Amino acid sequence: MTSGRVASKGSQMLDKVTAGEIGAEGIGKTFGHFTALDGISLTVGRGEFLTLLGPSGSGKTTFLMILAGFEAPTSGRLTLNGLDVTRTTAEDRGFGMVFQGYALFPHMSVEQNIAFPLKVQKRSAAQIRARTDEMIEMVGLGGHGHKKPAALSGGQQQRVALARALAYEPPVLLLDEPFSALDRNLRGQMQDEMRRIHRDTGTTFVFVTHDQEEALALSTRVAIFNHGRLQQIATPREIYDHPDNRFVAEFLGDINVLPLASVVMQEGAAQAVFEDVPLRVALDGRDPTEAVAVRPEHMHLALARPAEGNAIPASVREIVFLGAETRLTLASPGGQPLVLSIPSEAVPAGLVPGAEVWVGWPEDKGVFV
Amino acid sequence: MRNLSKPAILLGPLLVFLCLTYVVPFLGILRWSVTLPEPGLGQYQAALSDPLILSVFWRTLRICAVVTAVSVAAAYVVTLLWVRGGPVQRLLIEFCILIPFWISVLTRAFGWLALLSNKGLINTWLQSLGVLSEPLSMVRNEFGVIVGMSHFLIPFAVFPLASAMRNLDERVLLAARGMGAGRQRVFWTVFLPMTLPGVLGAALIVFVFALGFFVTPAILGGGRSVMIAELVYLRIFQSPNWGLGAAISVILMAGVALLMGALMRAVRPGDKS
Repeated sequence: MTSGRVASKGSQMLDKVTAGEIGAEGIGKTFGHFTALDGISLTVGRGEFLTLLGPSGSGKTTFLMILAGFEAPTSGRLTLNGLDVTRTTAEDRGFGMVFQGYALFPHMSVEQNIAFPLKVQKRSAAQIRARTDEMIEMVGLGGHGHKKPAALSGGQQQRVALARALAYEPPVLLLDEPFSALDRNLRGQMQDEMRRIHRDTGTTFVFVTHDQEEALALSTRVAIFNHGRLQQIATPREIYDHPDNRFVAEFLGDINVLPLASVVMQEGAAQAVFEDVPLRVALDGRDPTEAVAVRPEHMHLALARPAEGNAIPASVREIVFLGAETRLTLASPGGQPLVLSIPSEAVPAGLVPGAEVWVGWPEDKGVFV
Repeated sequence: MRNLSKPAILLGPLLVFLCLTYVVPFLGILRWSVTLPEPGLGQYQAALSDPLILSVFWRTLRICAVVTAVSVAAAYVVTLLWVRGGPVQRLLIEFCILIPFWISVLTRAFGWLALLSNKGLINTWLQSLGVLSEPLSMVRNEFGVIVGMSHFLIPFAVFPLASAMRNLDERVLLAARGMGAGRQRVFWTVFLPMTLPGVLGAALIVFVFALGFFVTPAILGGGRSVMIAELVYLRIFQSPNWGLGAAISVILMAGVALLMGALMRAVRPGDKS
């Protein structure tokens, strides 16, 4: 556990850092006739880890570039700690930035890369030396300081990029899909590292990714983008359990979306009909819509109609054993596909494709989307 | 096997052509240099001990070094404006690079003569404006040769530089700016070092090309700034001494080969990153 000791030393040094608070009001960006961003308003609190999540072309990277100052918004206002920075150049904002592909200086050693922003700030040679060593230790690259980036692995280059971006204690660190080039194992490690570094530095992080697992694992809050609009911004848990709309429901994790034939209000709950089956849906402060969404792990399988909760008849199409869990694909009588994820020991013995079963879920686990 | 043999067959005709047009004549020259007028290395000894020939070698190296520095520096600025400019600026610079590129070397040399000679446009204008009383001698000396050669060679330096500048990852520059570095610092500490392999490549092309220049120095040097190619021409066509001309050619070729080998070895490690 050498990293633990190093980490606490790092946090002492970095305690004085004042993390920035970002405010975006109605940020819009158009390229010719194409609207890349449409009225994005959000705030990023001091020391928060906000992830911008969305499919490619959703505007998340454009928004990050506007935060960094590399792109100017077509409309809207941007503030840092309450001060308007909409027209401030990237140099003067001085946000740390980690790019996809790392963007290290290939002609400089690891140390020179990390020292670069410190030299820009004209710190003393002794300070630069001390701070560079400290950052190299913090990202676990001791002994690699003299190497050129080309001599390092992808994961190591990523650490250099992170150390360089954090070396000068920027108020905000922006990360543009930093792990997209790494393999799965390394990604997991880097995510743990990232959480630790975020905790130790206390800096505000804004992270762009299209990987939903990464977003859930790292963030204090997630902002979901689609077609240049902000779909929802909330904690990972809230977004997962209470997606605001169908796009969010389907984008983050797996979900079964059941189209409804009709919805009637009754005693604070909604009476809905899916195919011929009556369902009850908790309202949860929302207005009823034309579909109800249920997560695969909230559904259970029964051989006879359950007495409690909602249930629809279905026939088994496919059974995939994944270890602790088993993933079942089913179809309703009307042909609607259903996906279930249940503990493997809960799979009835002798279940085979073609079997007729019931799929049930508690009323409060279905949400209108 | 198939994958290997196919390109070989496609390359074949080119290799045969290059063999016939370069290697065979060069072997002939090599033979002359050791057989004319009598077998032996006498001509090499003569070439390397003749103070006139040595001074021409020395002048050639000096002129080529200056021409390389001038062309590459000018080409660097032109390429920077070309690659990183807006669409109108890019088109304009493309015109300025390509049009002279298509004009014969002879025409261009005479063009410079018309501009730079004692009764040329520049001297006439400066004298009629009263800036000069005596004409400035800008041709029939090394200055004229350097101007003419640099002008001819700039486009050859532009292309390797453009490829180096275009292949540069834009995000590296953004990263530098994001860390608070101003334009000047980004240029000197990031952009220039990262395009250095392109600079070396351009310098090599220009220098090697410049060594063999004949028409431009003959016209703009006016027989006073004789360079090595002109000396070879004089030895072969005017004071018929084919063996000596051939020996000088071989010395030039060997020098070029050594230089290219050394520079390519120096550039290679930087290319990878």
